[in-house]
Amino acid sequence: MLYREAGDFKKTYAEDSQTFPLKLDRYGYYLILAVAFLGVPLLINDYWASAVLIPFLIWSIASLGLNILTGYCGQVSLGSGGFMAVGAYATYKLMTSFPDLNIMIIVLLSGAITAGVGVIFGLPSLRIKGFYLAVATLAAQFFLVWLFNKFEWFYNYSASGQISAPTRSMFGYEITGPSATAEAKYIFILVLVVGLAWVARNLTRGRIGRSWMAIRDMDIAAEIIGVNPLKTKLTAFAVSSFFIGVAGSLFFAVYLGAVEVGEAFGIQKSFLVLFMIIIGGLGSIFGSFIGAAFLVLMPVLLKNIMVGQLGWPGDLAGHLELVIIGGLIMLTLIVEPHGIAQIWRVTKQKLRLWPFPH
Amino acid sequence: MKLSKLAVIATAAITMATPVLAQLTIPSLSYRTGAYASGGIPFADGYEDYFTLLNERDGGIGGVPINFIECETGYNTEKGVECYEATKGEGALVYQPLSTGITYQLIPKVTADGIAMHTMGYGRTSAANGRVFSNVFNYPTNYWDAASIAVNYLLDENAGDLTGKTIALVYHNSAYGKEPIRTLEALAEKHGFELTLLPVDAPGQEQKSQWLQIRRERPDYVLMWGWGVMNAVAIQEAANIRFPMENFIGVWWSGAEGDVLAAGDAADGYKALAMNGVGTDYPLFDDIQTYVVDTGKAAGAGDQIGTVLYDRGIYAAFLAHMAILKAQELNGVAQITQAMMIQGMENLVITEEIMAEYGLPGFGPEFEVTCENHGGPGLGAVQQWDASAQQWNLITPFAASDKSVINPLIEEDSMAYAAENNIELRCD
Repeated sequence: MLYREAGDFKKTYAEDSQTFPLKLDRYGYYLILAVAFLGVPLLINDYWASAVLIPFLIWSIASLGLNILTGYCGQVSLGSGGFMAVGAYATYKLMTSFPDLNIMIIVLLSGAITAGVGVIFGLPSLRIKGFYLAVATLAAQFFLVWLFNKFEWFYNYSASGQISAPTRSMFGYEITGPSATAEAKYIFILVLVVGLAWVARNLTRGRIGRSWMAIRDMDIAAEIIGVNPLKTKLTAFAVSSFFIGVAGSLFFAVYLGAVEVGEAFGIQKSFLVLFMIIIGGLGSIFGSFIGAAFLVLMPVLLKNIMVGQLGWPGDLAGHLELVIIGGLIMLTLIVEPHGIAQIWRVTKQKLRLWPFPH
Repeated sequence: MKLSKLAVIATAAITMATPVLAQLTIPSLSYRTGAYASGGIPFADGYEDYFTLLNERDGGIGGVPINFIECETGYNTEKGVECYEATKGEGALVYQPLSTGITYQLIPKVTADGIAMHTMGYGRTSAANGRVFSNVFNYPTNYWDAASIAVNYLLDENAGDLTGKTIALVYHNSAYGKEPIRTLEALAEKHGFELTLLPVDAPGQEQKSQWLQIRRERPDYVLMWGWGVMNAVAIQEAANIRFPMENFIGVWWSGAEGDVLAAGDAADGYKALAMNGVGTDYPLFDDIQTYVVDTGKAAGAGDQIGTVLYDRGIYAAFLAHMAILKAQELNGVAQITQAMMIQGMENLVITEEIMAEYGLPGFGPEFEVTCENHGGPGLGAVQQWDASAQQWNLITPFAASDKSVINPLIEEDSMAYAAENNIELRCD
């Protein structure tokens, strides 16, 4: 009744092929953007920024990246943590070697460096598939963490092996460093998130995205109809690693400010990103966001309910949190194996027909 | 749309600080879950019990009650940041995160926010230089002192000569474990011993290859920088290869009951460094029994009292208590601010009389903190495990480290930090 396309006429091809063909969706999208850019910065404080919104946005970028590789191109990767580490260490080396370089350029360059590394580790995907590829990317994860721990050049020979981000600003606002305001950090990341999500959305519905999906659905058939597997798989690795590298760069420079590779970019981070896209929905941009929200916001929410509202002891809440999140993951996957994005899709379909389902 | 709905629920669920009345807020970033809980629980219990005692017995400090906030970090830096952001607005006086990783995270943040941080025997060693690190304190002692104290002890054992000996360092492959390497390298050069580095990846259950290497190369001594589950595993592995326990020395974070009990009698003779007294033979513990345990207010399960790390939690809380008293005395007000707390810590003097007055005679070393020196004198002792009596015994008095090696290293590292972050030197 409320949510339908009747009366929403398309007069040009451009209108017909836009991302949100329905007026209601489009207005919803504009509203979310307006609230995110104009509303949230007025309300945000340090706690909301550092504990809730910034991690959510950064993990959204990472899960967008992995979704391109796994969800759209069908190549399973367990190396996301390692690729995030590449982004972070690239940022650190660039920041300390070129103090005058703009932070936005540094973040994008770090993404580009990670893309290069991702292509190298993507080469085995031309020969091996499925579980075997997962193991090869797992090796990348362990190799990269070992590399950044072993060679002191990566952390500028500091005594502890920690890297910490110096202060950098843009348009007079500090983006990294301890005195950067929550608003500046949030807007900086939000711009990147919106830009990258736009890129991801348009890549995946164009020629490149279609060739990724062809390889995912059946690589031999795709090859027969003229999709070059070398080029397709490696572009998927490159684009995916670019996103993950940017996420790692922001994770280090803007969010935490100081990291240590084993703890910040360990194997558990690779699994976290993989869980995000599985729960959110493979092959869905919206799913990447909702998956990140589920796994980043839910623990904070549960903690605040259990410790903040109910006054339970922190250790009990910490353990219960694991139980509840685990239970919710299982429940989601039983109820809807295609992820939360699929629930959303089905709901929309039902809404379009409601109240006359036939 | 789903997103905005979630945000609304979250807004409703997260309520921030209650209004701040007259109270002294002490946050405790503890970890009672995860791979390091075995070390986190006793420390957090001791820390909390001490402040509970002050509230119950004295009604707080100087008549102002203590508002104790515990926040679970799980030894995880992201949760540590969340805890810091959640508690800093409530007037937190001092942070003691008990994690070197979280410490590194918080050093720039506390400095920007004007809050004190005390990392007792852990954290960034070069924070001892108060001219660079205005808000961070690591008295009475730090990792580099620990490395030097251990080597000094070995020098004593070998009549002052370590030439040609080999010392292996088994360390947690993280910022924490890497800290002593630089000092040990300098000391190796000075005293002519050979240093072998054996990193153990977190959390440290898997150490077979490291101990195989020790078995093959037979170093004369093994030093260990371990934490959590890594300690117990290492001691068990040492017992398995029959490495002589009296030649195996852990840092003060590798010398608690939980670390040695698992190996049973085989752990007899294992040594570890100590920075505070152990056991319950101090008058303060009678008060803890009366006011905290008997009234059912003990933190956690209440079964940690008198263990090494519980006592260290007590010691950490005691030093915070003394700093608050100092700040109250200097400013003549009972309700101190975050800036006054830093001042109190910077002028802290601990003497034998003060420790005796507060029921902890001989519990730790005497020391004095100044604007330049946030690290104290760097005293430490060696303790040894007696498996039959199941207790730790101090086998040396509190002794000083080799400052001629450590001070230049601290100067170098802190100045590099100052240059990197454009910090102006203070105290001139």
